[in-house]
Amino acid sequence: MTESHGVIPCSEAVRQLWDYLDQAVSPEDQAKVEQHLSFCRRCCGELEFATQLRGLLASQSAEELPPHVKARLERFLADL
Amino acid sequence: MPQPRAGVGRRMVEVQDRTRESFQRLASAELPALYWLARRLVRDGAEDLVQEALLRAYRSYGTLRREAAAGPWLKSILVNVFRDQLRRQARSPEELPVDRVEDFSLYQTLVEQDPLPYSDTLHHDYLRAFAKEDVREVLLRLPELYRAPLVLRYMDGFATKEIARLLDAPLGTVLARLHRGRKRFEQELWAYAQETGLLLRRTVQ
Repeated sequence: MTESHGVIPCSEAVRQLWDYLDQAVSPEDQAKVEQHLSFCRRCCGELEFATQLRGLLASQSAEELPPHVKARLERFLADL
Repeated sequence: MPQPRAGVGRRMVEVQDRTRESFQRLASAELPALYWLARRLVRDGAEDLVQEALLRAYRSYGTLRREAAAGPWLKSILVNVFRDQLRRQARSPEELPVDRVEDFSLYQTLVEQDPLPYSDTLHHDYLRAFAKEDVREVLLRLPELYRAPLVLRYMDGFATKEIARLLDAPLGTVLARLHRGRKRFEQELWAYAQETGLLLRRTVQ
């Protein structure tokens, strides 16, 4: 990448951060985001926060069933 | 020589029995994942959603190729049931005006408003204040249109192409709704904490 041709503004970098973390951007866009992050402290903060937000969502994984729900669903399955 | 008729009948029964029992075994192991997915998709009626999905899955058990794929297969059926329920409700789409959601940044709002002035790790501590039930409440504030892709992508790990197939929507539409859903989720994380006094409650505890 050369000159300012590939430089993107904060709004564009932030818009792409989640897709960037998903590795769902093209190699060109990935390079643009990384170039932006190389000089923009605010967007690095946004990136770290996006990672934390994804972690918050991912951490809501399945737990044990409440006993009354487990009993009803098991009964339903048994009666199929 | 066995009687062909009886032999066929016996094999049929054996297959039926094994199929029913093996379905129950597979489905039983997936009940927690199905129930919690349903709880994230709907405010009320999660159990009904799971039961309807189990019925539908049992009827099409023959389409499951590998036991190891039972989890994603059952989840995809549950999402189909959810999608059909939405269609029956025939609500008008709740698309949001683009600019209302696009402009919001929770990261920046936290910097500007500084709701935890004594914190050295403001953003991290803000998110830590949300218990699982708080996150669920925040998600339930989102229109289903945005909530479903967000839940499927970031909580249940479905690929975006798969989500497009499950929700019967073009991939571009799913990507746009994911983007707006994320922004709306950030907005509601802020609004929920403000409205419920979440940070005060957590600080006092």
